[in-house]
Amino acid sequence: MERRFVYMDYNATTPLRPEVKAQMIEDLELYANASSLHEAGRRARSRIERSRSAVAELIGAKDPERVIFTSGGSESNNTVFATMFHLGRTGGRKGIVTTKIEHPCVLNAAKWLAEEGFPVTFLDVDEYGVVDMDQLKQAVGPETLLVSVMAANNEIGTVQDIKAIAAVAKAAGAYMHSDATQSVGKIPVSVDDWGVDYMTMSCHKLYGPKGIGGLYVREGCPLEPLIRGGHQEHGFRAGTYNNQGILGFGLAAELAKTELEGYVERVGGLRRRLRDGILAAVPKCRVNGHPDRVLPNTLNVSFPGAEGEAILLSLDLEGIRVSTGSACASGSLDPSHVLMATGVGPELAHGSIRFSLGRDSTEEDVDYVVSRIGPIIARLRSMSTVSY
Amino acid sequence: MSDAFAWLYSDVVKEHFTNPKNVFNPDEGFSHNAEGMTGNIKCGDQMLFMLRVEGDVIQDVRWKTYGCASAIASTSMLSEVVKGMAIKQAYNIKPNDIVAKLGGLPDNKIHCSVLGDKALRAAIDDYLSKNGRSGEFRNEGARIICTCLNISDRDIEDAVKGGARDWNGLQERTKIGTVCGGCKEAAEELLHEYVHIFGDA
Repeated sequence: MERRFVYMDYNATTPLRPEVKAQMIEDLELYANASSLHEAGRRARSRIERSRSAVAELIGAKDPERVIFTSGGSESNNTVFATMFHLGRTGGRKGIVTTKIEHPCVLNAAKWLAEEGFPVTFLDVDEYGVVDMDQLKQAVGPETLLVSVMAANNEIGTVQDIKAIAAVAKAAGAYMHSDATQSVGKIPVSVDDWGVDYMTMSCHKLYGPKGIGGLYVREGCPLEPLIRGGHQEHGFRAGTYNNQGILGFGLAAELAKTELEGYVERVGGLRRRLRDGILAAVPKCRVNGHPDRVLPNTLNVSFPGAEGEAILLSLDLEGIRVSTGSACASGSLDPSHVLMATGVGPELAHGSIRFSLGRDSTEEDVDYVVSRIGPIIARLRSMSTVSY
Repeated sequence: MSDAFAWLYSDVVKEHFTNPKNVFNPDEGFSHNAEGMTGNIKCGDQMLFMLRVEGDVIQDVRWKTYGCASAIASTSMLSEVVKGMAIKQAYNIKPNDIVAKLGGLPDNKIHCSVLGDKALRAAIDDYLSKNGRSGEFRNEGARIICTCLNISDRDIEDAVKGGARDWNGLQERTKIGTVCGGCKEAAEELLHEYVHIFGDA
């Protein structure tokens, strides 16, 4: 196949949709401070509230007021953990239950609470990355303040049963938070059906701009602002409204909702094509993550005998952009904490690649990747000290 | 495209990564009289060096690695440099010499170039040992880390190979840093690096 550029790193970020981009450029004229009382300010504000409704609709929140705009997923997650800090230090419940496979911003926020004296449990996952429900039930009790479990994993795509997990949390009287950064726009998300009290969203994972995200907060659930200042977002998140970001988020959310069914079908088909193609092209490789309960766009594969960064850069030379949880690529020496938690072992974790597809991916892209991966792995294996 | 790659690695690195020199190929019938292996797969990198030495001169060399692009490129470069070199001189090559020849590596990849150098020395040690000359180059190219007690990077390396995994373990074996303590930062950096390379081996 002729050389081409293939972007398969949509879990890292997505390109701005042309419709969203065009609308945002137009909206640059909407410079007024959305807190201003004059006509221009009111106009900006009304557009922001329309965006809020679109985001609320995408996640099945009946009351748009329960959605707070933030700078992104990391801020939303940190706001929830900061709230728990304030609740826990004044007495009462202090227990935090989360998992070993969370995004670093949740892991590090949880570690911070542990340093502050909060009892924190990091739940195990099984070989597919699914949370151990028995362990969850054991860990959650009358002392538990918060259960925080990501809806779908960014590296391996495994989707958790948030509804069942939330039921355990609620039965114990704990708050339930889910980081849905990788789920919103890729699978159906419903805050009411899931029963979450807090839910994190990020806009740049659904073809909108970077620097904007959201936090869903159920009515009656406390929230402590991370950023204090003005009265924006009912005082829960100060700072002048990010007009363009919020408007871009609204349109991206609206489009994502309309297209979700088709996305799941089409991208899921491409993922299967890629998975089957790679399994046929490369002997002795292994697909990580759950076989069925997985994001339609995420495929994580271990290639024993070949090192992750070397694979990534070989693919890069062929015009293919992917990602790896491998140590050497990120600069740390530790293999992916997610793969290690699934028990694949360092040998496989060091040689893993995440292919994440998106709405612009095509069959030709998939076939091109399949045509290149075989020779790349064969070459690296031929010079490897590791037999497989 | 080439600009994007150059941002991460130099063109020399790219060339040695895409067309590495002297990679071992089982079909070519390479005969060698010394070999050394270092690193371990658990840490994500491992290196094997094979030498044919005659009259203390490296006649030819082959290698294999499980490693990243930096490890592949730096070992390829190293294998070119040592061909025809006296073993004593080869033993004294510093990873930084190889990094310089590669046109530099990003800071967080420097440790990847150390691996080839360690495997090469292990192979030369193997040659010496097979010829009844064990430890002859022990102090070649050593860098003094603890000036109070005259403890070198080689001593730290040996301590790690002997089981030291942390500062206390290193002090038990070498007494390093027990006088003025001024070397602790440099010593701990080496300790971390050697534990990565030799730990769990």
